[in-house]
Amino acid sequence: MAFNRSFGTAAYTIRQKKSGGLLALPAVLWLVLFFLLPLAIVFFVSFMSRGPRGTIVFPLTLEHYNRIFDIFFPVIVDSVRIALVTTVICLLVGYPLAFFISTRKSRRAQQIALFLVILPFWTNFLVRTYAWRVLLGGDGPVNNLLLSLGLIETPLTLLNTEFAVLVGLVYGFLPFMVLPIYASIERFDFRLVEAAYDLGANDWHAFWRVVFPLTLPGVVAGCILVLIPSIGAFVTPDLLGGTEGLMIGNLIQTQFRGTGNWPLGSALSVVMMAMVSLGLIVYMRFGGQN
Amino acid sequence: MRQVDVELRNVVKAFPTRHESGQLVAVDNVSLEIYRGEFFALLGPSGCGKTTTLRMIAGFEDATSGEILIRGQAVQNVPPFHRPVNTVFQDYALFPHMTVLENVMFGLEMEGVSKKEARKRAQEALEMVRLHQAEDRRPRQLSGGQQQRVALARALVKKPAVLLLDEPLGALDLKLRKALQYELAALQETLGITFIYVTHDQEEAMTMADRIAVMNAGRVLQVGTPEEIYETPATEFVADFIGETNFLRGDILEVNNPFAQVCLDETLTIKAAFNDQALTSGSRVTVAIRPEKVNLFSATGPVKYADGTNESPEEHRELLLRDPDINLVRGRVLRANYIGTDTRYVVSIGQNQQLVARVQNYGLRSDTTFHIDQEVYIFWDAEHSRVLTE
Ligand SMILES: Nc1ncnc2c1ncn2[C@@H]1O[C@H](COP(=O)(O)OP(=O)(O)O)[C@@H](O)[C@H]1O
Ligand SMILES: [Mg+2]
Repeated sequence: MAFNRSFGTAAYTIRQKKSGGLLALPAVLWLVLFFLLPLAIVFFVSFMSRGPRGTIVFPLTLEHYNRIFDIFFPVIVDSVRIALVTTVICLLVGYPLAFFISTRKSRRAQQIALFLVILPFWTNFLVRTYAWRVLLGGDGPVNNLLLSLGLIETPLTLLNTEFAVLVGLVYGFLPFMVLPIYASIERFDFRLVEAAYDLGANDWHAFWRVVFPLTLPGVVAGCILVLIPSIGAFVTPDLLGGTEGLMIGNLIQTQFRGTGNWPLGSALSVVMMAMVSLGLIVYMRFGGQN
Repeated sequence: MRQVDVELRNVVKAFPTRHESGQLVAVDNVSLEIYRGEFFALLGPSGCGKTTTLRMIAGFEDATSGEILIRGQAVQNVPPFHRPVNTVFQDYALFPHMTVLENVMFGLEMEGVSKKEARKRAQEALEMVRLHQAEDRRPRQLSGGQQQRVALARALVKKPAVLLLDEPLGALDLKLRKALQYELAALQETLGITFIYVTHDQEEAMTMADRIAVMNAGRVLQVGTPEEIYETPATEFVADFIGETNFLRGDILEVNNPFAQVCLDETLTIKAAFNDQALTSGSRVTVAIRPEKVNLFSATGPVKYADGTNESPEEHRELLLRDPDINLVRGRVLRANYIGTDTRYVVSIGQNQQLVARVQNYGLRSDTTFHIDQEVYIFWDAEHSRVLTE
């Protein structure tokens, strides 16, 4: 009896393993076809030369990488800086917001608040970004309000500045910060705060020693979800930043448009991916023991 | 006069309910005095307001009305982190992201104790609960009993004036619970810290506490030593909640000190002790009798003595009735359950009443046991039948 049972289990496991491999095949194919292969192509193209009218020709060269480090390096640094600032602002706004939402007593209030957070997704991103052009324009509501309040005398130049890019990026990516943090605060056991109070901690210590460390996974997830797309963003800097808010995403986009420079665009993409991957690896190595 | 560590004066806690009109009175006009260095138990069934009372002392809930004083100081406006009390939470509430040692050090660091000193004192506290070998582990790597000890060390390392414990052994299995009961009681005695110990387990309260407050539905029904609570329960609820009790309904025939005559039915009148000086004849009352206070002897066979002599039931009955403060009634065994140290009998008495008796199996089995349908005499000291007030 016991023998039969264990034998049966073993047979089942073996069958499961085999069919498991088979079942994974479509997923593996998918990954190879749509992820690894394009990546390999991009990687390869980045070492090719640009031919006449934007064609890709031999010989292999490091020219594009040299150019990136000679000419485009400041843009890359700017992109990273803008993405980091975006992430920090999203965190500073998103954490309190997520905290506020997840500590509402009524379930209904929480649901409504979360709904409001994701509501913008219902409209096209491009349309929403254009809306910011209107809002921040010289004759836009923001300037009009400030003028009518007498806070300024002449309209501020808000559009086509780095400030506008930051506003747009924070606006666009804030939900990606709020949602994972909300989830981790939601899971947090608030009796631990009482335990901290009981042991003599005030609000400040209870937060930094107990609440924050235990909601850190949500914070990290949110930061990654905001940082990575921010570095590569191109719609927002294009529409709101003009020539002032140029980011690496815009450079890449330009190289692929019309008779651009595909090898250079590829090299830029590779550099960007390398930076993001490096960041993640460093984080997983040193930051993510938990 | 003993010093009072914690005093509750007419404390009320009402929670608003879902329907705006209503409110739930979780703690209803509770007044208590808890002395310095005593092991004080708050005992009552689940939902009677024990945790809420404790949380008000700790400062996690504000009393709706009434006053709480800790060491003579009113603490209404004192936040939890400034009260000289610490809590061992029901489910321990250990910090999962800290090691055992860090958990214990936390409270000291909050006091501004240096890391080095905090570490030393935390290690001592862990040694006291015999967990120093686990100081680098995380709470979830520990068993329930070990987690309980960490919670204890974490609270005690702060050297609180009063330690609040909310069913600290509730999540543990019976055997471990028993062991830890004695350990906790011994620890309390050594440290001399006032313990306020919440439990719904009457045996636990009886074993550990110096004094017990029995609560029900937000009210404190009786406060006393385990012996007082057991021997002279003030209400039917207390008598029923602690140990097994017979309740007999009857009418007061006559009140003369120290006993009242209570008529249970036309054929059965007993003497019973009472507290309520306003007791008058004619009132309907409940009389409580503990099963182990009741003795039986056969109404049909001889009564045997240890020295080998015998006595007829009638002779024995006459002998007993010379004591005016004794109740002696005739009955018939309905059920008998042998449970080792004693046997539990259900005996019918009077016209239609039942009485549970627990008789110790001290002699040979045949001498002290009675069979079903056997006619017996049942007797007990009048002071062991107590008139209860509502
Ligand atoms: N925060 C609260 N809000 C509403 N009702 C509560 C709250 N805390 C406790 N209660 C109610 O108060 C009563 C007493 O609860 P509690 O003090 O936890 O009882 P015990 O600890 O004796 O089991 C219960 O009916 C409980 O539902
Ligand atoms: Mg409770």
